Amino acid sequence: MEKFTKLTGKAVPFDSINVDTDQIIPAPFLSIMRTEGYQGLLFHRVRRDKAGDMNPDFIFNKEIYADASIIVADRNFGCGSSREGAAWALVDNGFYSVIAPSFGDIHFNNEMNNGMVPVRLDEAACADLRAQLHANPGAEITVDLETNTVTAPNGDMHSFEIPDFNRERLLKGLDEIDLTLNYTAQIERFEAQRGQTLGYIDD
Amino acid sequence: MSTPKMMPKTMFQKIWDRHVVLERDDGQILLYVDRHLCHDGSRQGMSKLKAAGHKVRKPAQTYATPDHYRPTNAKTIDDFKDDQMRGIVEELAENAEIFGFHHFGLDSDKQGIVHVVGPEQGITLPGLLMCCGDSHTATHGALGAFAFGIGASEVAHVLATQTIWQRKPKAMRVSVEGTLGFGVSGKDVVLAIIGQIGTAGATGHAVEYAGSVMRDMDMEGRLTVCNMTIEAGGRTGMVAPDEKTFAYCEGREFAPKGDRWDHAVADWRTLPSDEDAVFDTDVTVDGNAIAPMITWGTSPENVVPVTGVVPDPADEPDLSRRKIHEGALAYMGLTPGMRMTDLSVDKVFIGSCTNGRIEDLRAAAAVAKDRRAVVSTLVVAGSVPVKRQAEAEGLDKIFTAAGMEWGEPSCSMCVGMNGDIIQPGQRSASTSNRNFMGRQGEGGRTHLVGPAMAAAAAVTGTFADVRDLMAKK
Repeated sequence: MEKFTKLTGKAVPFDSINVDTDQIIPAPFLSIMRTEGYQGLLFHRVRRDKAGDMNPDFIFNKEIYADASIIVADRNFGCGSSREGAAWALVDNGFYSVIAPSFGDIHFNNEMNNGMVPVRLDEAACADLRAQLHANPGAEITVDLETNTVTAPNGDMHSFEIPDFNRERLLKGLDEIDLTLNYTAQIERFEAQRGQTLGYIDD
Repeated sequence: MSTPKMMPKTMFQKIWDRHVVLERDDGQILLYVDRHLCHDGSRQGMSKLKAAGHKVRKPAQTYATPDHYRPTNAKTIDDFKDDQMRGIVEELAENAEIFGFHHFGLDSDKQGIVHVVGPEQGITLPGLLMCCGDSHTATHGALGAFAFGIGASEVAHVLATQTIWQRKPKAMRVSVEGTLGFGVSGKDVVLAIIGQIGTAGATGHAVEYAGSVMRDMDMEGRLTVCNMTIEAGGRTGMVAPDEKTFAYCEGREFAPKGDRWDHAVADWRTLPSDEDAVFDTDVTVDGNAIAPMITWGTSPENVVPVTGVVPDPADEPDLSRRKIHEGALAYMGLTPGMRMTDLSVDKVFIGSCTNGRIEDLRAAAAVAKDRRAVVSTLVVAGSVPVKRQAEAEGLDKIFTAAGMEWGEPSCSMCVGMNGDIIQPGQRSASTSNRNFMGRQGEGGRTHLVGPAMAAAAAVTGTFADVRDLMAKK
């Protein structure tokens, strides 16, 4: 996993609540293996009109955001399906951080497992960030994981919380399985004890 | 020696405590996974495992069956017309060979949708911690398990370590009190709950469903309610195990037998929440007031009783939600004030991990009996045992006599990954769990309903109050 320390980049204001992972990546694309890449698949269906052409009004289609790396969204971003393809579509299309008032639980973890930093800020702060971005398209935001702060285009700073465990993994780019294998002795101890208490279960 | 007074605990807390392998100084907790469920879509996690050179730590605690990619018209692997789908289903069998986990393939009499198979085979049991790379994993909580959906990286992690890192969610109790009316099902209950608390109403919470309605509900209904917990954002959903749960589990393939069964039941009786346990969030739902429900929009929270009308976005005080509602009406081709029963339907789907069990098929067949479907209707049993049971009861004959299609067990039109989709602009009555834009096919308009309501739509061609049709029998 790539390290994440500090990111400054263009941010897309995305004024939509309950953005489900079916919107972020439609199910038919999930047969593509991770190693093949998920470039060009982000919001594949919702960014197109009925004829299949790009909808110029959909904010991610605007030229100014072609090199954006941050999304400022609204409540409940990434709800629904557990598909990690949603995180792959985001990261493979250059997005390394999503700022929102709340996230779908599974998607929140999926982002962090792909080197992304999901940032929870309150609704007013997110609304203010989106308003600044709409007023000044292409404005930049900084997400700093070393100081746990977001810097708005107007210089306002917002602190955010992210579990220390995930923060450390993101800062160091640690693979979760490798990290857990350091605890193999504890897992073995647990399994031995489990055999006594849950002895009625056939494994 | 006096016994120290113990803090009262919720069922969730009790099960959580049993599974803590370790807690780090930073508060992150490593939990042990008793049984891990996999399906054909778990290949991304398995591929990651292979690439990193890891083994499956506990193949005997890992159970897999193909469900997402099986075409409903494919009885055997040779019937697959799509090479990619065939390859994906074959890949699961190959992975089972390589890693040694349980595999219920297309030639197995146990195959089916993973969330139907788990309870049916006794893999799902009270008190267990279970994971699956699918968001509808809370289904298994209906038996008193702590079960939750995970992403592909986490699937690889569980395969390699039999554990998962978590932070403890808050505890929420949803008490559905009263008695359900005639013609009201578990699906209507969960849609009513989601309508009340919203699609993020349970985010960050482990939900326990309680109250007289849940206690009176059969196992199939409880499975349906827990299944849709994720549609309210919940990490997991569960129901306290009781005599019904024990009767359901007894004798199933992977459930304990003999003396061990007695030990198991004695243990499971200690699981329910202590009487004075405190929940972070407590919600009460009036079960007496629940009618057959139907969604009108593009989120499961957009739900009204079948007697209701399409709501006016102008009445929505939350501006973000109002904007979404306006977009949803445009997508769904609806205008405020339309009566739900005036909407005509193009396609009906009965099945899925939400409503693909035998009780669901019985409820649909009771409505379809001696009637004809006037719109294209697909009925898909959730597993081979459900399909065989339905055929033994003659339900398949009722469906086919009504002109409905009877498919092979798979996720089918719930997610459309096996080729079962609706066309742009088509309106479906679907017993599945998500009405998201494009979920059942690009431009498709999905209305979520229970199985009897879906059958009613099939035989009338519009959304209909199934209670009227049932009364005519």
